[in-house]
Amino acid sequence: MAKRIEVKDLDIYYDKFLAVQGVSMTIEPRSVTALIGPSGCGKSTFLRSLNRMHELVPHARVEGTVVMDDQDLYGPNVDPVGVRRQIGMVFQRPNPFPTMSIYDNVAAGLRLNNARISKSDLDALVERSLRAANLWSEVKDRLNKPGSGLSGGQQQRLCIARAIAVQPDVLLMDEPCSALDPISTQAIEDLINELKTEYTIVIVTHNMQQAARVSDTTGFFNLQGVGQPGQLVEIDDTTKIFSTPSNQATEDYISGRFG
Amino acid sequence: MPTSTPERDIDLESPIGGIPLVHQTLPRWAPHATLATAVLAGLALVGAGIGIGLAAVLVVLLYGVAIYSWSRPIEGARKAKDRVVTTAVMATFLLALLPLVSVIVTVISRGAARFDIEFFTHSMQGVVGAGGGAYHAIIGTLIITGLAALISVPIGMLTAIYLVEYGRGKLARAITFFVDVMTGIPSIVAGLFAFALFALFFGPGVRLGIMGAIALSVLMIPVVVRSTEEMLKLVPNELREAAYALAVPKWRMIIKVVLPTALAGIATGVTLAIARIIGETAPLLITLGITTGTNFNPFDGRMATLPVFSYYEYVNPGIPPEPSLERAWTAALVLIIIVMVLNLAARLISRLFAPKTRS
Ligand SMILES: Nc1ncnc2c1ncn2[C@@H]1O[C@H](COP(=O)(O)OP(=O)(O)O)[C@@H](O)[C@H]1O
Ligand SMILES: [Mg+2]
Repeated sequence: MAKRIEVKDLDIYYDKFLAVQGVSMTIEPRSVTALIGPSGCGKSTFLRSLNRMHELVPHARVEGTVVMDDQDLYGPNVDPVGVRRQIGMVFQRPNPFPTMSIYDNVAAGLRLNNARISKSDLDALVERSLRAANLWSEVKDRLNKPGSGLSGGQQQRLCIARAIAVQPDVLLMDEPCSALDPISTQAIEDLINELKTEYTIVIVTHNMQQAARVSDTTGFFNLQGVGQPGQLVEIDDTTKIFSTPSNQATEDYISGRFG
Repeated sequence: MPTSTPERDIDLESPIGGIPLVHQTLPRWAPHATLATAVLAGLALVGAGIGIGLAAVLVVLLYGVAIYSWSRPIEGARKAKDRVVTTAVMATFLLALLPLVSVIVTVISRGAARFDIEFFTHSMQGVVGAGGGAYHAIIGTLIITGLAALISVPIGMLTAIYLVEYGRGKLARAITFFVDVMTGIPSIVAGLFAFALFALFFGPGVRLGIMGAIALSVLMIPVVVRSTEEMLKLVPNELREAAYALAVPKWRMIIKVVLPTALAGIATGVTLAIARIIGETAPLLITLGITTGTNFNPFDGRMATLPVFSYYEYVNPGIPPEPSLERAWTAALVLIIIVMVLNLAARLISRLFAPKTRS
């Protein structure tokens, strides 16, 4: 299940533009790693390079290694689809499939991959995923209604249920709460706390209180200047980052002096 | 909420301290009354011997001037201008509607005479003079259009999918360019193309249903490509990413996520494309010719179609000409009804297939 990821000297490009430079970090299993930093410093770009979503942008590429349990994800002959099977993702804006019901959305990962699974197993899986996403009690009576009819917070939890239904080892979340109200945000943060017993979670957030609340480790990304690549300035235990960061820029950022 | 501030005298109509919120307005019936007066004046003018067209223009002008000068002192300049512009928009709208209504009225009034059972059940086999029908032409139109759709829809949809989901660089740009060029091809050229193509294999003078279907495909494919392309572009990229993140391969993502999401729009576009080509005459004139009997086989010999049938009945009437002319108008009426039904179907389809958010 949950796996360790080791990133080494990762440079991430959009065509000729170097967006993120020289990132090295270790992401521990069964923990929550938060990535913070000002807008445009490459947090999303870095996150998407972890499950090889980055290369979906035309001419985008990376240099360096991302090793998950002794396997280089960017090694030759590695199938990006296989990587994404093990590393799931939740996006900033909830994006349930509009043509599918709530049930079908959760089952989508299996259905779309033509997995052979009996109806009763699928029912059980859908229920388990929805329960894990703390959504079951709210939707159990309307599983066949469209997923897009839910509230924003419910939709986001539906997307989390959809992501964990394929039983990935790692869950990437790109600002999953930035489109949500405080109550829904609370629900998702509680959920992250529960999920970390089983998954490796990496979450990008704009909200430093959120990083402090949910994460075990925090990484701070920053830009040296306009047009410069983003860099990982510092990564450490969350308590340490928010009390005694070793870098001045980190301290300025978390104390709200910029960004 | 109980106010703690002392009550103030607010004169809503005084512009002091801001723009007044309350204006005087003309009564509700003002436009209607003005219009009625203008129309009465127009009718009087017609009675005095002025042409209807000129009278209509004068009525519009009269109405515009009258409503402006009534509204200006009471409602102010902005409202008065608004009323004049509304008049102009309505007048041009009616002007644009005029030819359409005129066509429909003419076709219905002239086509009604033969809009009977016999017209839908009999061909022209052995018919001289009155009687007969367009059964063979209706069958022909359905077969040819169906075949054309069968050819165009897969080609057009696959092209659009290529352009939106895969196409990059030179090839995609070249295809887009040629689709644009095809959109502008005159329909007679499409007919000549099919004619020349088949003449290569079967010699000149060959006439087959499939030739007509191919000629119509040349016209239909670019329309299907364009409309499908637009619909695919409307599918949010986030859905594609969501599918990718679930480890769905690209081709399956397209089939199971992108196409269903865009289905309503695509189906509507295809239906409208069919409506667009079903009335084509010139290419079918060249490739199909006309017959008097019913031919179900598009790979063997001439076939009749509604537009061509209508055309021949009109240019080659028998003696006396009336029964032929009546059949021509009725064929046109049937064609218009089919197109209308297709347009209604398009609306129904888009409502049926649209992704539902509630219930
Ligand atoms: N699809 C793209 N094509 C080209 N450049 C991009 C693309 N997406 C992001 N970038 C650039 O990469 C840099 C990092 O962006 P991003 O990862 O979105 O930052 P963050 O998520 O930290 O706000 C920015 O300079 C941005 O302009
Ligand atoms: Mg971002």
